[in-house]
Amino acid sequence: MNDDDARELIRSVIGEVAPEADLDSVGPDEMIQEALDLDSIDFLNFVTGLHERTGLEIPERDYPELATVDGCVRYLTHATT
Amino acid sequence: MSAVTYREALRRALDDALRRDGRVFLMGEDVGRYGGCYAVSLGLLEEFGPERIRDTPLSESGFVGAGIGAALGGMRPIVEIMTVNFSLLALDQIVNNAATLLYMSGGQFNVPVVIRMTTGAGRQLGAQHSHSLEGWYTHIPGIRVLAPATLEDARGMLWPALCDPDPVLIFEHGSLYNVEGELADDAGEVDIEGAAVRRAGHDVTIVSYGGMLRVALAAAEALAGDGVDAEVVDLRSLRPLDTETLVASAVRTHRAVVVDEGWRTGSLSAEVAARITEEAFYDLDAPVGRVCTAEVPMPYAKHLEDEATPQVRDVLEAVHAMGA
Amino acid sequence: MGDFKMPSLGADMDAGKVARWLVKPGDVVHRGDIVAVVETEKSTIEVEVFQAGVVEEILVPEGTEVPVGTALARIGAPAEAGAPAPGPVPPAAAVPAPAAPAPPAPVPAPAAPAPPAPVPAPATAAVTEHPGVVVSPVVRHLAERLGVDVHLLEGSGPGGRITRADVEAAALVPVGERPVSAVRGRRAPARRRRPAPQPAPSGAGGKRVSPWARRVADDLGVDVATVEGTGPGGAVVERDVRAAAARETAPPAPEGAKVHRAPTEPSASDERQAAMRKAIGALMARSKREIPHYYLSTTIDMSRASRWMEEENATRPMTERLVLPVLLLKAAALAVASVPEMNGFMVGDTFEPSAEVHVGVAVSLRTGGVIAPAIHHADRLSVDELMAALRDLVTRARRGVLRSSEMSDPTITVTNLGELGVDSVFGVIYPPQVALVGFGRVVERPYAEDGMVGARPCLTATLSADHRASDGHRGGRFLAAIDHLLQSPEGL
Repeated sequence: MNDDDARELIRSVIGEVAPEADLDSVGPDEMIQEALDLDSIDFLNFVTGLHERTGLEIPERDYPELATVDGCVRYLTHATT
Repeated sequence: MSAVTYREALRRALDDALRRDGRVFLMGEDVGRYGGCYAVSLGLLEEFGPERIRDTPLSESGFVGAGIGAALGGMRPIVEIMTVNFSLLALDQIVNNAATLLYMSGGQFNVPVVIRMTTGAGRQLGAQHSHSLEGWYTHIPGIRVLAPATLEDARGMLWPALCDPDPVLIFEHGSLYNVEGELADDAGEVDIEGAAVRRAGHDVTIVSYGGMLRVALAAAEALAGDGVDAEVVDLRSLRPLDTETLVASAVRTHRAVVVDEGWRTGSLSAEVAARITEEAFYDLDAPVGRVCTAEVPMPYAKHLEDEATPQVRDVLEAVHAMGA
Repeated sequence: MGDFKMPSLGADMDAGKVARWLVKPGDVVHRGDIVAVVETEKSTIEVEVFQAGVVEEILVPEGTEVPVGTALARIGAPAEAGAPAPGPVPPAAAVPAPAAPAPPAPVPAPAAPAPPAPVPAPATAAVTEHPGVVVSPVVRHLAERLGVDVHLLEGSGPGGRITRADVEAAALVPVGERPVSAVRGRRAPARRRRPAPQPAPSGAGGKRVSPWARRVADDLGVDVATVEGTGPGGAVVERDVRAAAARETAPPAPEGAKVHRAPTEPSASDERQAAMRKAIGALMARSKREIPHYYLSTTIDMSRASRWMEEENATRPMTERLVLPVLLLKAAALAVASVPEMNGFMVGDTFEPSAEVHVGVAVSLRTGGVIAPAIHHADRLSVDELMAALRDLVTRARRGVLRSSEMSDPTITVTNLGELGVDSVFGVIYPPQVALVGFGRVVERPYAEDGMVGARPCLTATLSADHRASDGHRGGRFLAAIDHLLQSPEGL
């Protein structure tokens, strides 16, 4: 998966979890949870959504890497190569 | 601006009318030498003379008829019937002559008579002398019925009433004559059609007229202390009724109470309630409330009379009962 | 006997999908029972059946999309045979003359023998929704008495009003040929009947609601049937509706709510938002006015709970992972057993403890506002069940599809605003409840145990409680119970 695909995927999953959220308004190093007002259930849904789309197992200890948009992109591109 | 009483405001209106138009004259029991039963015309005989200020015999049917005749003849009479109680003796003249002649003559004869009457209770005058029969008169097509409750209206309603080519009845509540307030020195005519919102509010509309306006306003003050913001509407013109203002108010506040010194049954308050219900039904949060005199002939003893007539606490009770 | 058909739930709806059947063959249904959940492009709606009988056959399985008007299920006459009952009579002339002459006046609907010239019913299931259809109380009572759904009628009165004659004419239509009632998403939960016999209220039993209160209820999404009336004669008046709205703080649901409005109309949800803010404000003001709050807080060592959860989640598939709030909810629900004065309702001046524990969960709606629907019997659910329930509840809350029982039943509420970075939250109790438990965020704090100082994940748990129901001592014991439970997370 390349960067663009990863970004698209993230956008799509966020769109399901929080339909009114505007991912474009989140800066690359901003905390997604804070910026989009996601609670732990939302975040779990987000991570589960990524899992369902990619088949990736995302252990809880990896959650901190998914805290920002850039972090998510990096995680997804690395994990799928 | 000066401090005047309601009585003085009426007198100023009479003075002004007598000056402006030579066809205007005042007639009634004790209006001349005595200066008026309620001292409204005090001093006018001296000023305008016996042709313009005419004492009549104690015969309502007779002198009201004479007034109607004078109006038919081209004069602009102001007929003073001492109180609405005595107008019953002139009911035939008013209802069957004054109100009908324009129609029965096929439009040939106008009857431009103004009839002033004192009305209401509260002065321990007993069952026969305490009526509030304005509501009866509002039932009759062909006449206009006014109820000035403020100094401005007392001063300003007479001239337009005189200018009306058709009969006009003006009711003055007996308890208002001594009420004092500020009136502009150049206060003049007022519009005789249309109700007035005397106090704007948004929780409940209290509709009233004449002597009850002060009760309504006092109740509104008390309600404000309870956190209820009441709107008070003064009808001013009892026939025709300003339905538009009433309905607009009820639509805004969703609750309406009518305070009427007449008895409930078949009263003006019933008419007001019916009109509000007809046009604002779907905006109402509760049925229109009515605070009226108890259905008994008016008691003579003061404490019983007070008990029988609408008091501020009765209005408060009615407002709270409708969930405001 | 008749078919339950796919209803038209909007002027532009062509087809719908039965997302879920709520009945199966053999089930007895009553008029008004919710029998299926139907998905359309715009919303998810719980649909009522408008005939009484027994489900004979499900004709369209779950997940299939069918055009409006397609028969979805066959409903047969109920077991007791014998004449006129709910079975509709064919309108054709081949009907034996009824024993009593059918009067031209309205006949009680279910038992109506076919009158000589029945009014032909609209054969299709097409339902026209009237924006703001106005129905006077008298007509409404009549409709209730005759078993007619006013929402399905064309009003012949001025301005489209439903008149007596409209209701009476509709009552003459045999039951099986009437259009199936469509219930819009937001209303659906509230119209579900309790498991009592079919109510057919007599005129005197109909609920009184002032016309204005009805309109306010419409705007705020409140079901007047659930509102206690304090107006003249026990009628429901505006303030009752607003109080109920403040309690329920109905969710916005802009799409499903008013079918006749364009779904993208911004002002509808703005108004709804404004209405919700106002309702929340009113609720909070009332709470502060009426409830003598006292507040306690305690810091809870979350190391055991966090570690347990990590270990659990490591062994579980992703879809079964737990989140910390679930443990906190369970702990609060269980702690109630030690201090029952935290769980129940103030009724007038008396505290009535509840035998059941329905924990209200404060869910913030991203469009603004907070609602706190209940997870029923939270104390009896396993942590997994609680997790599933929480996920489901939060999702539905945000989508605006909640059941009225979820809004009215919480016996105690938990708020987790700490999730978003607040250390401790001292909330305002939702009347008529008597307690609100708050959980702040987990932070590392220095912690001393057995003379050793280390850093541990801790959170601040707070309690806002009603001093009429409990005192600081009991409140303290409650928080201590929660603390204790969280030290043995495997027992939750």
